[in-house]
Amino acid sequence: MFVLGPVGFTAPYILLALLALPILWFVLRAVPPAPIRRRFPGVALLLGLTDEEVETDRTPWWLLVLRMLAVAAMIFALAGPVLNPRLEERGSGPLLVLLDASWASAQDWSLRMGRVEQALDEAQSDDRVVAIALATDLPDGGAEFLSPADWRARLAGLKPAPYEADERALQNFAESLSGGVATLWLSDGVARDGRDAVLSTLQGKGPVSVFENPRALYALGPTALTEDGVSVDVMRRDATGEAEVTTTAHGPDPAGIERVLASVPVTFQSGEKRSVVHFDLPPELRNRVTRFEVEARRNAASVRLADDSIKRREVGLVTARESREGLELLSQLHYIRAALAGNADVVEGNLTDIIQANPDVIVLADIAQLSEGETGPLIDWLSDGGLLLRFSGPRLAASDVARDGDDPLLPVRLRAGGRTIGGAMSWGEPKTLRPFSETSPFYGLAIPDDVTVGAQVLAQPDPDLAERVIATLADGTPLVTRKAAGTGQIVLFHITANAEWSTLPLSGLFVEMLDRLAVTSRAAVPDLGDLAGQMLQPVRQLDGFGRLSDATSQAPIAGEDFAMAIASAQTPPGLYRGVDAAIALNVIAPDRELIATDWPADVVVQGVQSRAERPLLPHLLIIALGLLALDLVASLFLSGRLSGPRLAILVTGFALMAMPPPAQAQSGDDLAVVAAADVVLAHVLTGDADVDRIAQAGLVGLSQTLAARTSVEPSPPMGINLDADPLGFFPLLYWPVTADQRIPSAQAYAKLNAYLRTGGMIIFDTRDADIAGFGATTTPTATRLEQLARPLDVPQLEPIPQDHVLTRAFYLLQEFPGRHTGGTIWVEAAPADAEQVDGMPFRNLNDNVTPVIVGGNDWAAAWAVDDSGWPLLPVGRGFNGERQREIAARFGVNLVMYVLTGNYKSDQVHVPALLDRLSQ
Amino acid sequence: MGDEFWQYRPAQAGDSGRSIDWRRSARSDGHFVREKEWQAAQSVHLWVDRAASMTFSSDKSVPAKSDRASLLAMALSLLLMKGGERVALASLGTPPRIGALQVTRIAEGLTREPAEADFGMPDTSQFLPRARAVFLSDFLGPVEPVEAAVTMAAERGIKGTLYQILDPAEEAFPYQGRTVFTSMSGAIQHETQRAGDLRDRYLDRLAERKNRLDMLARQTGWRFATHHTDKAAQSALMWLFQAVEGPR
Repeated sequence: MFVLGPVGFTAPYILLALLALPILWFVLRAVPPAPIRRRFPGVALLLGLTDEEVETDRTPWWLLVLRMLAVAAMIFALAGPVLNPRLEERGSGPLLVLLDASWASAQDWSLRMGRVEQALDEAQSDDRVVAIALATDLPDGGAEFLSPADWRARLAGLKPAPYEADERALQNFAESLSGGVATLWLSDGVARDGRDAVLSTLQGKGPVSVFENPRALYALGPTALTEDGVSVDVMRRDATGEAEVTTTAHGPDPAGIERVLASVPVTFQSGEKRSVVHFDLPPELRNRVTRFEVEARRNAASVRLADDSIKRREVGLVTARESREGLELLSQLHYIRAALAGNADVVEGNLTDIIQANPDVIVLADIAQLSEGETGPLIDWLSDGGLLLRFSGPRLAASDVARDGDDPLLPVRLRAGGRTIGGAMSWGEPKTLRPFSETSPFYGLAIPDDVTVGAQVLAQPDPDLAERVIATLADGTPLVTRKAAGTGQIVLFHITANAEWSTLPLSGLFVEMLDRLAVTSRAAVPDLGDLAGQMLQPVRQLDGFGRLSDATSQAPIAGEDFAMAIASAQTPPGLYRGVDAAIALNVIAPDRELIATDWPADVVVQGVQSRAERPLLPHLLIIALGLLALDLVASLFLSGRLSGPRLAILVTGFALMAMPPPAQAQSGDDLAVVAAADVVLAHVLTGDADVDRIAQAGLVGLSQTLAARTSVEPSPPMGINLDADPLGFFPLLYWPVTADQRIPSAQAYAKLNAYLRTGGMIIFDTRDADIAGFGATTTPTATRLEQLARPLDVPQLEPIPQDHVLTRAFYLLQEFPGRHTGGTIWVEAAPADAEQVDGMPFRNLNDNVTPVIVGGNDWAAAWAVDDSGWPLLPVGRGFNGERQREIAARFGVNLVMYVLTGNYKSDQVHVPALLDRLSQ
Repeated sequence: MGDEFWQYRPAQAGDSGRSIDWRRSARSDGHFVREKEWQAAQSVHLWVDRAASMTFSSDKSVPAKSDRASLLAMALSLLLMKGGERVALASLGTPPRIGALQVTRIAEGLTREPAEADFGMPDTSQFLPRARAVFLSDFLGPVEPVEAAVTMAAERGIKGTLYQILDPAEEAFPYQGRTVFTSMSGAIQHETQRAGDLRDRYLDRLAERKNRLDMLARQTGWRFATHHTDKAAQSALMWLFQAVEGPR
């Protein structure tokens, strides 16, 4: 390669052609521009006139220079110029391309792939064999040396892993290499133990060069609950410089659509590597958070999956006694409420309602008898993992529940009456608590001296009583008993939940005991003991780029392994479900620091070349063509031919080039102004040009019909791009369904659902009523419609009833043909209690407009008109066809009237009543 | 004078008694003279230049000169015949006549193929004495034959009009750059390196040519005017009609 300053030439010999330029100069000068022949009757008057100036015979010098430059540019272009040519030495022998391929390389993965491709190109031209190895996914049989062409086909399959390399495996891999292997190491720039050892091993085999991209790297560390939200650690690799990133919390909104719940910017001062970002989330939002993210950083560590540790428990409080005013402190639930305040979400009400809310814990304070209808659901709820917390009291003591046999909702059998100790009429002192045994969940809690128990219900001595007792009084009588029920459990405090029977609810111990029972919160990090013996099923899995995918088909992981696990190939990061909790395994372990790699001085570290090799051929060719175009204009001008149509063509040509391409859709604001100014019918752009054209023509036709027959005078209809355009301005959306239509994005569905909820109407037209209904199979468009409509918030539908408002919104209609006739039309189902009253022509139906109409009659085709207002497509045959078209138009009118006026025609049912009232 | 009734007018002193129309006078107290109109049909000869130079048109939106000349000639013929005059087209060699047949004949003469020659020459030998003549041409060719023809016609008592029809390009000379100008048949050529430089001198020569024609017209009592094909034919026809009807 011949190098001239910053430019190299791949074919320098072509530059010799530059020597021919002077010759060209003389040739061009010698040849004047060709004359134009013009017919001109006045030529007789010209005879004998001579030219005053003769030197313009020759081509002017500036035109010559222009042409010279054009030719020179062409010659330079053909010589293959390259800006910033890469001239480094290349080795020989086998080449190992080692990629760290961890999450940290995900955000510039394409860049790395580009570097690998370049290495393959170079290896191919140097005739070397190459092995590519991902440190996170090392080939089993050692490095595989193949020709670069073979590897190129496999490049697309390489993906970064959401975890980091196992340095020990990497070391083994490096040692298994034969000698004489040069290595190109695409490092992810994060320091790890064992990296130096691998490097020295590789250096023992051959030269090592390292490629690294010094791009900022952010990761999210552990999450922690705070008073009013969640705080998340944000860390970065490089401490230099100030930086600001945005962190977001994602989760489903009430409609179940994934969206950003909160977004908080984080600023790193220079020198700071860690920062804590605080998300101010109310409890109901916090329970919905599924993950935190650093915005616009595509890697697995910038995603922090949230699990149950940041969720708050929902506790249902059921009380038999209605709270008496002024006796707050005597209320059975007062102390529980106080204990739960701020730590859990409390639901209060009757038991049936509470079970339906499916809380984590239900508290029954002094409720003895449950009805049959309550017991069944409660047991079901228990077997699904609920915690039933019961307190005794006078009622329980007085009842005969669990006297003779086990009650399914009480952990132990109870003796009648209970006992009172230390009262005015008893001998003994109030009892204190015995220290909790090791098997008790309360083990280790300090017992304050002033906790005394003055009354309790007593457990019947049973063979399995001992194992059910988790707290006892000093004399050994059970105070708290527990029994498993399904996957859930029942806990009974043998005292009241208020301070009537004991001072326990007044003490801090009460709160701690509730906490241990996991009433108020769950353990932040499940420890080995909790997980032992469980199998954790992966639910969602992270990939290297931080995307979530379904992982329910993956094999479960034993709890013992999981408790100790960090993200690795065996335990990929993701969300796992244990027995009673969802647990997230995140990329960044709690005590992890991000440290930049520090390579020894003798290793060549290539960064991303800021001045990439860039071929200049296209640029020079464009310059040459531009100069030639200028020359064309100049020559025309000189020879006097630059006039009339030629000038017009040139000007239009340049104008066309200068003009930006026509915008596909109007910008949002313009659209809003136009659409909001008047009633505008709209159709959804399907991407099929023909269908869109017919839909547009159809709505034009319908608009004209409306303007001619009704007081609705719509503006010209619009085609709507669901992803880009706002929908709120349109009373109805006509959506022709094609079999290969693209499914809109999640945001588009969010918009559509909002549109439907706020009174919009979508008419789905599968345009297949001519073929639907024959045979058992559904049509392709109907199948597509199913897929399209699945995420939509659509109520139950029914075939349009004969007394639907659509049949009389403007015209009286009994059928709704389009281009096809007879297809079934589906609208929102009438309420179940809509009954036809005697003497009324129709029922009193829904009080709102159906959000969707589904049919297949291809209405737009029947409405469609061309520019001059004539029907665009034939409908039916002869007079019957025209009649059908007319009915179709009437249906269109009814439809728009229905959308615009709602069901006011239904109000006619009230006419007799109104007349009746008037006469009085 | 004549024999067509024109008007009654009150008798004046000096009117002979025979001239009084007694029948009219008897119906009132005064005396009336019956005046009659003298009528004689005029002959008009049209010479329309059919040479190749007349087929020139500088732009699609502008009609060829020959088309405009034919249009004017035809319209003028019809107008004149409506006024009772007799009209002849010089190129046909037929005497002036009136009537539908003559109209057809003139129309045929006007739609004939144009001549090969670049410039046409008027031939007045067939013209009736004391008739009227109208010459429609661009007068860009040699001017001497025109002078000779006009002079000869004037000697025979023929009065007429020289009507020059020019294309706007011939008046403006909007040409630039190296150009070879050729006549319509290609027989005459002129090459220039910079057509723009010739413009002023060409316009001088054109003005001189017009001036010469104008002088000729004045000397012989004819009339001369120039019409451009980008202007309306209507005003041209009006002028022509007035020029032919003109002072007797």
